[in-house]
Amino acid sequence: MPYALCFLLFMLGLYCAVVKKNMVKIVIGILVMEYAVNLFLIMLGYRFGGTAPIIERGQLLESGQIANTFLNSSVDPLPQALVLTAIVISLGSLALMISICIRTYEKYGTFDITQIRRLKG
Amino acid sequence: MKGMTIIVKTVSSWIKVLIVLFGIYIILFGHLTPGGGFAGGVILASSYLLLMLAFGREFVQKDLPLALDSKLDCLGALLFAMIAVLGLVLCDKIFFANFLYQKYLPGQPFNLISAGTIPFSNIAIGLKVGASLFLVIFLLSTFRRDTSA
Amino acid sequence: MAIFYILLLFMIIAAIIAIETKNLLSSVICIGALGFGASLMFLFLRAPDIAITQIVVEVLGLIILIRATISRDLTFITGDKEFFGTVISVVIIFVIFLAGVKVFETLPDFGTAIFTEAPDAASQTYISKGLHDTGAANIVASVILDYRAYDTLGEATVLFTSIIGATVILRKKAKKLLEDPE
Repeated sequence: MPYALCFLLFMLGLYCAVVKKNMVKIVIGILVMEYAVNLFLIMLGYRFGGTAPIIERGQLLESGQIANTFLNSSVDPLPQALVLTAIVISLGSLALMISICIRTYEKYGTFDITQIRRLKG
Repeated sequence: MKGMTIIVKTVSSWIKVLIVLFGIYIILFGHLTPGGGFAGGVILASSYLLLMLAFGREFVQKDLPLALDSKLDCLGALLFAMIAVLGLVLCDKIFFANFLYQKYLPGQPFNLISAGTIPFSNIAIGLKVGASLFLVIFLLSTFRRDTSA
Repeated sequence: MAIFYILLLFMIIAAIIAIETKNLLSSVICIGALGFGASLMFLFLRAPDIAITQIVVEVLGLIILIRATISRDLTFITGDKEFFGTVISVVIIFVIFLAGVKVFETLPDFGTAIFTEAPDAASQTYISKGLHDTGAANIVASVILDYRAYDTLGEATVLFTSIIGATVILRKKAKKLLEDPE
């Protein structure tokens, strides 16, 4: 059931990116889609009663093994590694999209994409 | 863009020190506590952003010129690539091998000096991300000023 | 478990307000609320690394959005596209949503991670041998900087390229400031 709500968030972002006319609203729709995807990936790796994947000092036994309490209750570290890079990349692409919007506003005087198509050249 | 009143200038010059300290702590201890290079780099960029909002753009332009900022960005990226190639050279042909942990400097776990090249990679990435983001926000605000003038 | 539903409902309401309102400032503020809700969600899903990164990236993203768009003259939005295209898009999106909910029933339930059911998953190796192979106590840091460092190199390249692209696009008016100190 939480997966369905997260997918609903993604669909709302897709609706905004497809239907709206204002360029900044399209950028906001893409941003909502990125939040939904990151959230979904982290939700896949969750475990009930889990702990964060950081080893504490008491969990390293003398034989070099990790204590069983950590092995049985840690959440999945792999989706977190993927999402960490995805969040920083979304910031870089937001900067690029907003700079394109600013350039277009300076050249055409409007944020409306239907009017930009008519002013060719 | 002008700066703000004198109260804001005084307080932000103290707070900037705390923000830079916090950012360096998150970068350096990235292999022991949550954090890492990306979050620490963004925090370092935001400390310079606070300076730009409180003191005006000309002050920050003298303090950290854009040419120096671009060079810091490239330096961070080159450092990261050099760590990768050194792993290739020193550790029998494995790209990105953790050559410090496996050969030269193991260290004790849970100390600051442990985990080989991971702290150095964190520093390189923090430098790169911080310099890039500050560059792009500075250019965005500069561009706005010239079109409305 | 109830806290997840409350936070998800908060995020959906913030997204609906951000999409439907006609004032750009309200949209941007609702995006900020969405980002903070996501960061709280990450904290309750036991991912502290991601929560720290999400909050600071959210703040910088808000600054970029506000500095770039609110100071322009045009802050009111003039409506949607024509009616027929809107209806077709909504119908198609609804059909995809129903199909997607059907697919989610094949996944394991929320709360049982996939790697506990497969004994040779990659995450089992990362958790049990992470400290011994790399010496780092933070397993996520050892994954992104030792086991999968090549992905981090790719990510640094993508960030570098997008910032170069943004610098080139914003170049014409800012060139005077770059040449002044030299």
